Formats: sequence, structure tokens, C-alpha cells
Amino acid sequence: MEQSMLKIKDLHASINGKEILKGLNLEIGPGEVHAIMGPNGSGKSTLVQVIAGREVYETSGTIEFEGKNLLPLMPEERAGEGIFLAFQYPIEIPGVNNTSFLKSALNSIRKYRGMEELDTYDFLEIIREKMKLLDMSEDLLTRSVNDGFSGGEKKRNDIFQMTVLDPKLALLDETDSGLDIDALRIVANGVNSMRSPNRSMIVVTHYQRLLDYIVPDFVHVLADGCLVRSGGRELALELEDKGYLWLENSKEQSR
Amino acid sequence: MMNDDGNSLLKKLTQQEYQYGFETKIDQDTVPLGLNEEVIRLISAKKEEPEWLLEWRLTAYRHWLTLTEPSWAKVTYPPISYQDYYYYSAPRSKIKKPQSLDEIEPEIRETYKKLGIPLEEQEKLAGIAVDAVFDSVSVATTFRKKLSELGVIFCSFSEAVREHPDLVRKYLGTVVPYTDNFFAALNSAVFSDGSFCYVPKGVHCPMELSTYFRINAKNTGQFERTLIIADDDAEVSYLEGCTAPQRDENQLHAAIVELVAMDRANIKYSTVQNWYPGDSLGRGGIYNFVTKRAKCAGFRSKVSWTQVETGSSITWKYPGCILLGDESVGEFYSVALTNNYQQADTGTKMIHLGKNTKSTIISKGISAGHGQNSYRGLVVVGKNADNARNYSQCDSMLIGNQCGAHTFPSIEVKNQTGTVEHEASTSKIGEEQLFYCRQRGLSTEEAVSLIVSGFCREVFKELPMEFAVEAQKLLSISLEGSIG
Repeated sequence: MEQSMLKIKDLHASINGKEILKGLNLEIGPGEVHAIMGPNGSGKSTLVQVIAGREVYETSGTIEFEGKNLLPLMPEERAGEGIFLAFQYPIEIPGVNNTSFLKSALNSIRKYRGMEELDTYDFLEIIREKMKLLDMSEDLLTRSVNDGFSGGEKKRNDIFQMTVLDPKLALLDETDSGLDIDALRIVANGVNSMRSPNRSMIVVTHYQRLLDYIVPDFVHVLADGCLVRSGGRELALELEDKGYLWLENSKEQSR
Repeated sequence: MMNDDGNSLLKKLTQQEYQYGFETKIDQDTVPLGLNEEVIRLISAKKEEPEWLLEWRLTAYRHWLTLTEPSWAKVTYPPISYQDYYYYSAPRSKIKKPQSLDEIEPEIRETYKKLGIPLEEQEKLAGIAVDAVFDSVSVATTFRKKLSELGVIFCSFSEAVREHPDLVRKYLGTVVPYTDNFFAALNSAVFSDGSFCYVPKGVHCPMELSTYFRINAKNTGQFERTLIIADDDAEVSYLEGCTAPQRDENQLHAAIVELVAMDRANIKYSTVQNWYPGDSLGRGGIYNFVTKRAKCAGFRSKVSWTQVETGSSITWKYPGCILLGDESVGEFYSVALTNNYQQADTGTKMIHLGKNTKSTIISKGISAGHGQNSYRGLVVVGKNADNARNYSQCDSMLIGNQCGAHTFPSIEVKNQTGTVEHEASTSKIGEEQLFYCRQRGLSTEEAVSLIVSGFCREVFKELPMEFAVEAQKLLSISLEGSIG
């Protein structure tokens, strides 16, 4: 493996005194797509939220991103570094225009990177192109951020934001949940269009269905706060076949 | 964990100092401390008022003596000693009557500059006529010529008393009588100055009228009085904005605003209020006890109140509409923000008396720090008000865990054909919402400002463009460092 993009060592995370991640290790190279699977409550969402910097968690260990320790950085700084989290439940912000929200976000990130802020004209040019990619209807741009959006529209809007913000590390938290098969295809298209040798992804999912569309290079199984098994694409299929219970039984062996 | 986060937000929020806290040094021309008939006579004499107005003041004063201060509002403050205030002060102009802005004291002009509202710039800007109230007396009036060509009278209240006594006498106290309440009686006795506007029949005032109020003299109660009359088919939009310099003593402010709309007349009254709110511990700050009321006297008349209240340590204010004319319309759009130890008890009264009258109430309360924010509203449908309709929406937003939001709506319906709707909601800027915004690259401050301005959008869009920008800026300043 080349120089890794993300290197997580002995990561612990707890909330309200309850430990969720218990010494997790993970290394991701540039351009790689890693899928994290696992039963409910195993800590999948916690992992991506901790990488993105959610402050409700107490953490220890290290998360190195391109050689830089992320843990002391605030969420907005991590966003500036190039980390994007597509939320399991994208948040509604009533009264705030979806387009101007995205423009503020993009310009904040550009500012962090020492780039010039985009004016409205250049910004609109970018988003027109990305809109086509995700088959977004115009009215989603004029409405308030996720306000009154269907579950599928919210997910699509999140991925749309991702394509505009152009991150180096994309974290997709159960992006497939709430999507019908057509929406799933569109969203997966958007994600796949972003695959590049310089961009890595962590795809958190419950079901292997998503991985038919976004084909991972590696699959990891998270159970009880640790990665208990890692493998290639075939591990996901095996999981689907045998269920997580199979894992629980095999956990002892892997330790 | 959420609590810790909320607390650290609060800490920062409460550290925000008032940006407009400065005092301009100008000779003050004051009357003796305290209040009695002599003081009132002196005020009236200084203003060279006619006898009838002095009598009116004295009657109001004698009535005031019979009243006790109201205590029903959800606000607390130490007792006010009304004898410890000065009831009149005026900046002493070196030149008797300024003809242009150049003749205004440089200190005063400097003050406006610090506030970001230089008069000369405003004069050039898209047609805003400014009647600037510095302390108690108007010091500048612009765009007079253009307005007078149309027959629009826009001047200080004192000037109106001198130049248009019949109009003043005809309408003064017809919307807010001196018997209305304790503070209205006090204002009627000692009011110093304010603005007067008369728009004649059929005239659409071609520019936004604007006044900037400012408290400057130490211990000087401010008793502005504004009277706006729109005659048949007339239209006018009036902007009121104010900030005050930082100081330690509480300052009493009891203004009266009266609006009269005749047949098919349309008055839009917008306020951005930023009186000194007190420091982070709640010391100092303005007591803002205001009576604002409109009479929609004519058929199809319309009055729209829009207010953005971010200042004052205590706000007690209920701009209302008496919908007397058939098919008249009243509107109230309000944003009230309380931070630190600020208290706001504000809302509106919509009194439906005419047939087919309509009113809309949109109230947005934002509480942060230890702020207490109450909406108090009264909707009355009189027995002759056939088919009256009201829609009320009261939304509260909480920032942190130590603030409060309260709603006291009263509805009295005496006519069965009326329709009254009331909706209310309470939300909280949550850690999740902030995390979402920050994950997208926005700082906590940007995120809060964005979420709050989204919350207030329905009200901001009612403000004239340049005012909306100012209001949004003010809100961001007031919440700067509030979270994170």
C-alpha cells in the first residue's frame, strides 16, 4: 500500500460514559473504498461521526489524515481538510435557502484552503453540472435545506453537496436507507462519479445491496466497537448469506 | 454531553459586549431632576407650546398620579423611582436652526457614523428622508423639499405643534389616549419630541421615512411621541431604528406611537430596536415601555407593524391595530431576541370592530443566555365584526438551557362568524443541527446566524430591503460568539 490517507489507531469513543468504540484500527489508502458493515448498535455511525469531529463523543487514540492528527481539529476544520460526511439523517434547516447554504459551505471550505471565494455566477455554473449528475429538480435548490424533503430527496441532496464540496475523504453513513431502487441507482451514480485515485471513501451500510452499486475494495465487519473481520468484496456476500450471527460466533476465533 | 456543549455556547454568548456602547459629549440643556407640574410647565415653555397642549400635558400628569405601575408583564426589575429622572434634555445647538447637515454638531454626526448610518450617505442613498432624534430634540430633517412638493408633512413633533397645530390637535391622543395606561399617561405629560407625518389624500410617499433615536444624556428618560396620519388612498412606509450608548444606570424609555389610516390608506411601520441591553450580568440597560397602536379608521385601510427587537434590558411593547373600518387589515411581524439577562414581554393586540376585517400575527422569539422571552397577544372579535379573520403564529427558539420562552395568547370572540387561528411552536438550536452545518465547513457562529436568520425569514422579508440587511446584521452581532 502507498502512503495511507487515513490511519486510525486504537480509537476509543464513548458517550455519556458508555464506550462505543473499543480500540479500533483501520488504514485506508488513497482512492480506496472501504465498506463498514455490522449489526445495529455496533458503532458504525459513531465511527464516521468521530472521524468527522462530532463533539459529543469523548475520544482517545489517533486518527491521522494525510499525516495530520485530526482529533484536535474542530468539525469545520476537518471539513476544510477535505472530510465530508453524508448523514444517515440529514438535518433540516427551515428558512435557509438550500443553494445559499451550499454556497456558504463551499466558500468557507475554500477560505480554509486559502482559495478565493466563488461569486454567484461561478458557483451556479458548478452546481448546474452536479445537479444533472444527480438528477436534481430545480425546486430542491430554491427550497429550504432539507425542509419538507422526502427521505430520498434528503439523501440525494447530501450526495449533491458532496459532489460540490469535492472532499478527499467521503464518509457515507447508511446512504442507502430510505432510498427506492431508482433513487439508489442515481445516488450510487453520483458517488461512483467521484471515485478517483485521490479520493477515499468509507461506506457504512447494513445491507450488501448498496455494495452492488458502489463496489468496495475492502469490506470490514464492525461488532461491539472493534473491526472483527476484514476482507474483500466477497466478505459482504458471505455476510448476507450467513447473517451477523455467524460473525458473533466467529468473533472468538478472530481475537 | 449536550449540556456541556450548551453551557460552553452560553459562556461565549454572554461574553458578547454591546458594540454600540459609546457616549457623545455634548452640552445638555436639562430641566431640574424629578417630576411635578412645574417641570411640565418648564418643558412646555422651553418648547414654546400653545396653552392647550400645556393643559393636555397637565391633565395627563394629574391622571398619571392616580395610576399605579402595571405588574402583569412577565418581567422583573427593581422599583423605578420616577423622581430620580430628568424629564427633558436637548442638545444645545451652536447655530439656532440647522439648515443642512453641515450645521449639525460634528459629535452627533460622528455618533451616527459609528452606528454605520451616516446621514450624508443616507441622503444620497435611495431616497431615505431622515428625521434624526438625538436625545429629545430633532436635529436634522432631510428631503424636506421633495416631500413638501407632494404635500407630505414630515417633521419633528415640536415643529408640527408650531406649524400644524390643527392637525396635531385633531389627532393627538385619539389612538392612545393619555388614560390608556401608566406609561402612556407619563409620556403624555412629559413627552419631549418625536416625529410627525401627514400624508395627504391620494399621495404615495415616494421614499421610506426614517428616524434614528438615541439616548445620550445621563439619567434622561426618553419620551418620544410619534404621530403618523395617512389620509384617504395615501401610502407611507416609516422606518424606526435605534441604539444607545453603554452606561450603568437603567434608563427609562416610554414612547408612544400613534398611527391613523383613513379610507384605503396603507401604513407600514418598521422598527429595528437596539437599545443598550445591559452587560453580560444584566447590569444597566434600557427599560423600554412602549405603547404603539394604529387605528385603521377607514374602509379597506391597512396597517402593518414589523419589529426586530434585539436591545433593551426590558421590553414591554404591544404594537396593535384597532380595525374599525370595514375590510381593514392589520398585520404584525415580530422578531424578539433576548440574550444574557434581557427580558422581553411583547406581542400585539388586534381588535376587530369592522366587518370583514383581517389580521395576521407572525411572532418569532429567540432566547439565549438567561434571556426570558414572552409573547403576549390579544385578538378580539367585536359583536359587529362579521366575518372577521385572524391568523396567529408564534414560534420560539431556544439557545442553551438557561433561557425561557413563554406564550400568553388571549382570544375574545363575540361574533359567531369570526375565524381565529393560533399556531405555536418551540424549537431549540441543537447540537445535531450545528454539527451538520459545521461538518459542511461553517463555523459555529456562521451556523447559528444562519439558523436564526432562517427562523426569522418570514419577518425579515416584510422589512424594507436595506433595513432587512441591517436587521440581519444586528441579529448576528447580538448572537456573535453565542455558541461553541
